[in-house]
Amino acid sequence: MADSKAQSVAFVRKTPIPQAPPPISEAGPLAWIRTNLFSGVFNSILTIIAFYVVIRFVMGVFPWFYNGVWDASSIRECKDKLDGLTGGCFAVLADRWDHLLFGFSYPPEGYWRIVLSFVLLMVAAAPLLFANLPRKMLYFTGFFPFLAYWLIWGGSIWVSMTLLAIIIATGFIYRLVAIQIDVEMRKIVAMGIGAICGVGLAYLLYLGASELSFIAGSIGTEGIVALIANKAFWAASIFTYVFFIPMGIFIGYAIYNSYEDGGLVSVVAALLFFGVAISYLVGPIWMGVNFILPIELEAVASRDMGGFMLNMVLGTVCVSLSIPLGIVLALGRQSDMPLIKGVCVVFIEFIRGVPLITLLFVANVMLAYFLPPSSNFDLILRVIIMITMFSAAYIAEVIRGGLAALPKGQYEAADSLGLNYNQATQLIILPQALKISIPGIVNVAVGLFKDTTLVSIISMFDLVGMIRGPIQNSTEWISVYWEVYGFGALLFFVVCYSISQYSQWLERQLATDHR
Amino acid sequence: MTTITEPSGSDSTGAFKLSMLLNDTRYRALTFQFIALVAIIAAMAFIGGNLVRNLAEAGLNISYDFLGTQAGYDINQQPIPFESTDTHGRAAIVGLMNTLIVAFLACVSATVIGVIAGVLRLSPNWLVRKIMSFYVEIFRNVPVLIWILIIFSVLINATPSPRDFRGENPAASMWFFDSFAITNRGMYMPKPEFGPGAWFVVLAFVASIIGIFALRRYARNELFDKGRVVPILWPSVALFFVPVILVQLIMGSPISLEYPALKGFNFQGGMGLRGSLIALWFALAIYTGAFIAENVRAGILAVSKGQTEAAGALGMRPGRIMSLVVLPQALRVIIPPLISQYLNITKNSSLAIAVGYMDLTGTLGGITLLQTGRAIEAVLMLMMFYLIISLGISFFMNIYNNAMKLKER
Repeated sequence: MADSKAQSVAFVRKTPIPQAPPPISEAGPLAWIRTNLFSGVFNSILTIIAFYVVIRFVMGVFPWFYNGVWDASSIRECKDKLDGLTGGCFAVLADRWDHLLFGFSYPPEGYWRIVLSFVLLMVAAAPLLFANLPRKMLYFTGFFPFLAYWLIWGGSIWVSMTLLAIIIATGFIYRLVAIQIDVEMRKIVAMGIGAICGVGLAYLLYLGASELSFIAGSIGTEGIVALIANKAFWAASIFTYVFFIPMGIFIGYAIYNSYEDGGLVSVVAALLFFGVAISYLVGPIWMGVNFILPIELEAVASRDMGGFMLNMVLGTVCVSLSIPLGIVLALGRQSDMPLIKGVCVVFIEFIRGVPLITLLFVANVMLAYFLPPSSNFDLILRVIIMITMFSAAYIAEVIRGGLAALPKGQYEAADSLGLNYNQATQLIILPQALKISIPGIVNVAVGLFKDTTLVSIISMFDLVGMIRGPIQNSTEWISVYWEVYGFGALLFFVVCYSISQYSQWLERQLATDHR
Repeated sequence: MTTITEPSGSDSTGAFKLSMLLNDTRYRALTFQFIALVAIIAAMAFIGGNLVRNLAEAGLNISYDFLGTQAGYDINQQPIPFESTDTHGRAAIVGLMNTLIVAFLACVSATVIGVIAGVLRLSPNWLVRKIMSFYVEIFRNVPVLIWILIIFSVLINATPSPRDFRGENPAASMWFFDSFAITNRGMYMPKPEFGPGAWFVVLAFVASIIGIFALRRYARNELFDKGRVVPILWPSVALFFVPVILVQLIMGSPISLEYPALKGFNFQGGMGLRGSLIALWFALAIYTGAFIAENVRAGILAVSKGQTEAAGALGMRPGRIMSLVVLPQALRVIIPPLISQYLNITKNSSLAIAVGYMDLTGTLGGITLLQTGRAIEAVLMLMMFYLIISLGISFFMNIYNNAMKLKER
């Protein structure tokens, strides 16, 4: 049958027809243009307007780049070379490259130190940013701050190495008291430490009380405000006088009392060792070691730091310091204790209510009044303190959001497992809360990094300060603005954009919900 | 110390022992707080003592008398009249008003820019979408200070100077029938002059605003009670313009316009906005607009697609779906971050000091501080002012937020 049929029909196709391409209106660039650009009257108008804007933009910007002069020593020479054409004068970047990046008074032969610290910063940050790198690299991350301090500020390497050694030794002391010695031995240690701390605390409180009565004495009593302040300070000083001995005894007793579990006594012993070592051991040790084995770089004063480097230093230091402080503030704000909670709330709301620039004014003109007359904090350190407090308040709010977002069951489960507050916070609450807060923390970090440009207003020469001061005021580059500000904007854009892209990547990595 | 050496407590039932202050959770919080209180007092004493000692050493005292002394400097942007013979206190008030002016202008324009950019980022049009994400990314990732300085430099360098408006064949000319002039010193525009009987016009204006609200309320009730759609847009526009213009014509133009004119080296008369104000306003608006655009986009995306589809299934037209279904729900997500953006604008307006706009930071924290040397008083007052503004904004915005919030039982 099949045969006869085949013979009776003139032609039967043996192979299937190849698929025809879709009609030109349904696929390919034309269809894409139609659906994405001209899908309706309104959209077509929008597209035409947008095209016009883009073309105007490109036509304005392109010759500016194309005719740009890269080789000139002043704005006048630049204009001569351009000869009436539209063009950027990028020679200012080439001419002042070092100043833009490192400031104008950092010794040029030391630029490699900053570049090296920057490269090492990338290496140190890598294990924090990418969880699949070997965990051993975290040792370098811990080591990096000390190395970077030495590289950037110079001086003897042994200053920061001694500091590092003391921190490590503090850790060992903690382990020794907490774990390695037996209870009998710890009892003796606890007695000693309790006595020292009790006496020390009583003495400190006595000093505080004398200070209060000194303030009360110097206020005077004319006027209602002064009268109230005077009485308040007297009341506070009497309160402190009454309690300085009982507090000392109580603290000493509390430390002694913890010899069985080793908790408080080991913390206090480690802190005591750290304080004593910082005050009395650092100087002799580093000088001694340096005498035997001098490894030194040329020392650079803080006021010589400048350019984009200053922004990077401020940004990195303040972000890394403000995260722990922010966590503490957030936990304090969630606390059940009204006093602790109140202090944290007032601090956070106060800092968030005022602009950063006023805090920088505080660092610039006011903070010196609050420190002991003999102390000599340099401006960069005061600025770091204020910026850290500023961003810590914002990070605290972000983390508080994370803590509030945790289901109540997590807290209750931790309680029902018999974990105490420290264990529950470290093992259950914070890991989850911090994960929720990552996008917010990154936002604050990016904002903080951008805000480091504000130090130019209190006449520090960061990138913006360099541009506004030494570059635009020089006779050679008097009215250059697009090129230099554009360069600054580009640097910030590269850093901030990469950070935010990283945070989005990390969010996807950490997403554990199955949506 | 001998009285309190009793660490073991095996048989204690109800009797209070000193060790319970440490080991009993009922008392431990009290102990911690008491220790914290004493520590805080001691730390405050340390700081306060240093302050007193440092002030005595420098021969200073804390006094706010400088607010009553003659300022001796000029303020270029004056919402209320200010002479250099006026006091520092008045200068601070002028600065405060300047801060509020620029913050208000920037908040309004940032909201408009942000909403437009946020909606356009979700547009089906590929080109528009890309342009808007370019705008958002570029402005979000560069410090606002750099934007302020760039825009200020452009204003100074790319606009004509008042001299260019002079002569037979001037290089620059005024806009809109010689009423607006844009120069490198600022923008000049007509100022309304209130003649006798002007308050009738103002009264008519207020009445028409009330009328618009009444109309909206009526339309809403009609829609909800009877299902009748009352047109709102065009009647509102008519209500807004017609009565005021009518009264103005009937009363014989009590409100006239004072035009700026070139006199001497600069424009005189009319209302002048300094270049620094415009640069700051524009930079803050466009910078914060990028952030608001992201909030708006997130808010619209947060409304589930089913809502749009359900409204479509009920037979609503796209415009009504947007205004009656999507936006009211998106608004609830948008408002809280919007509050903090407004606060950011207010705080960032303190960067005025970089372009010489005399806001609160420029007067009280700038020239007054430098002239009188009263660093502590001036900075504390500055912080207080900003704190009050911030708390005020968040208070009013929270009222609005509570009104818009989802009412749950």
